[in-house]
Amino acid sequence: MTTHDIVTTIREGNEPAQGLKPRSEISARELLREVGAVLRMSEAEAAKLGDIPVDPSDDQTMIINMGPQHPSTHGVLRLMLELQGETVLRCKPIIGYLHTGMEKTGEQLTYMQGGTNVTRMDYLSPLNNELVFSLATEKLLGIEDDIPERAVWMRMLLSELNRMSSHLLFLATNGMDIGAVSMMLYGWREREEVLRFFQKVTGLRMNHNFIRPGGVAADLPAGWRDDVLRLLDLIPPRLEEYDILMTGQPIWRARLQGVGVITPEEAIALSATGPILRSTGVPWDLRRDQPYLRYPEVEFDVVVGSYGDAFDRYAIRLNEVRESMRIVQQILDRMPGGDYRIQNKKVTPPPRARIDESMEALIHHFKIFTEGFKVPEGEVYVAIESPRGEIGCYIASDGSATPYRMHVRAPSFVNIQCMPHMMRGGLMADAVAVISSVDPVLGEVDR
Amino acid sequence: MTDTPPPEAAPAAPEPPMLYGVPLSDSRGQRVLHPSRATYVATVRALLDDTYTMCADLTAVDYLVHPNRSLPDGVAAERFEVVVNLLSLERRERIRLRVQVPADDPTIPTLFDHYPGSEAMEREAFDMFGIVFTDHPDLTRILMPEDWEGYPLRKDDHPNRIPVQFTADFSSQQAES
Repeated sequence: MTTHDIVTTIREGNEPAQGLKPRSEISARELLREVGAVLRMSEAEAAKLGDIPVDPSDDQTMIINMGPQHPSTHGVLRLMLELQGETVLRCKPIIGYLHTGMEKTGEQLTYMQGGTNVTRMDYLSPLNNELVFSLATEKLLGIEDDIPERAVWMRMLLSELNRMSSHLLFLATNGMDIGAVSMMLYGWREREEVLRFFQKVTGLRMNHNFIRPGGVAADLPAGWRDDVLRLLDLIPPRLEEYDILMTGQPIWRARLQGVGVITPEEAIALSATGPILRSTGVPWDLRRDQPYLRYPEVEFDVVVGSYGDAFDRYAIRLNEVRESMRIVQQILDRMPGGDYRIQNKKVTPPPRARIDESMEALIHHFKIFTEGFKVPEGEVYVAIESPRGEIGCYIASDGSATPYRMHVRAPSFVNIQCMPHMMRGGLMADAVAVISSVDPVLGEVDR
Repeated sequence: MTDTPPPEAAPAAPEPPMLYGVPLSDSRGQRVLHPSRATYVATVRALLDDTYTMCADLTAVDYLVHPNRSLPDGVAAERFEVVVNLLSLERRERIRLRVQVPADDPTIPTLFDHYPGSEAMEREAFDMFGIVFTDHPDLTRILMPEDWEGYPLRKDDHPNRIPVQFTADFSSQQAES
């Protein structure tokens, strides 16, 4: 490579076509996309917004990279920002740095093994990923109504605890991004308490592969009720501490209120789900609106915001921890007995004790774990509410033991499309608050 | 394990059900529309006007090695299929569109003008399957590097296309054991 080539490479960037290009080189449609224009509005409406200078020439602006190695980009998110002074004019998220081809891997793994793959996508709420994969597989098998009650309620318990741990981590990272660094330690500390319970139940802190097609992998361990009660005693006073530390604090409010505003129409047009959609006042929660498991039988509120700003998204997540605890409390009262997995010999391996005494059981066990079970031909899309929004699983089966196509609709992947819109006209320092309030998990964005 | 699933009962209705003028089928209780590429945008437009305001998901499937899937009458199976999941927040309903895209001309109109949120998903489908969404504002690779060759989720694009180089010689060890 000659010096000239190196200079050209530096000037053009590593991935020139994917990156943010100067205004002189792009089409009008692409420009609209990058400034975050979502809805077609009349000229009168557009004129009202007119505080942002329109179309500055290239020599007045600067295109800079933020990430992929930036501490507040939550992993390897790279944003290219066009700045005029300190004002963000355009933004383009560039992703793919963590792409590991998990959808391709999913085509090689049997339905029994698939959980190990999907659980690594959104690594902050692994149990929700496993849940949606299992629900989709069960729907293909036609056994979704035969799952034992105990398994269903265990799934709900784990899903809600996982929502708590995920939101606690959001509170930690959000605090760190905004500058409340002590919050980071508190959030991680409380999350660790929840993960300790997961470790006791599933054997692992993360990436559990515990919720499987047909039920869950094992029954709850002895003493689980005391552990959950301990969590329910421990966390509420800590949340009140967070309120003192952050919610009512003037600096915190000044950093978040009115930052990254998005309207309900824009959020729906951009397919945003979860706390982003709810922050705009749209009461959309799949647990209530398209119920799965036994959510219709428990009482909880859907927390919504009013302004669609970063503060609303923070407050929604904080209060969703409280709602999840309310659900967990009801699950504790109602946890039924019985089997923790379906007694359908097609999908359930025989119990360990049977393997010692029966050759057929040993063969059956071996076949299920090597060949897997065949799933009838068809295709389904199942969606549930993960902490970040709608996580969906689309499986097309050709009748074999591995999915013909396994696609995960990752909420973070879709939600980061809102960033150009939220950042438009804001300050560079607010960009950090916006990224944090979207709460993307890059493992899921890139898959 | 060797049990084959019972064959599904043949549909009794002589005429296939239609919705918005395109064939409608039922997949495990979920409604699926099968528009052609020509009626795709018009169908989506009709659905958008009929409260389906959110494009929840857009993806594609490569049916290269599984061509004999079940489709309603009048829909000819092609190699690719673009799958769109639309969501009506008002009616709390979902509907799915499966559009057949032929291998020799893998193009389909973009939904960007109707659902701006489909932008990244269409880019992903382009990146993974090489399906071109015409009039998409920024159709570049999104997950793979820009200079990547091939489309990873196509069935004829094998993950082991690049041979793995082993420096150690394992053949002698296998012979001993």
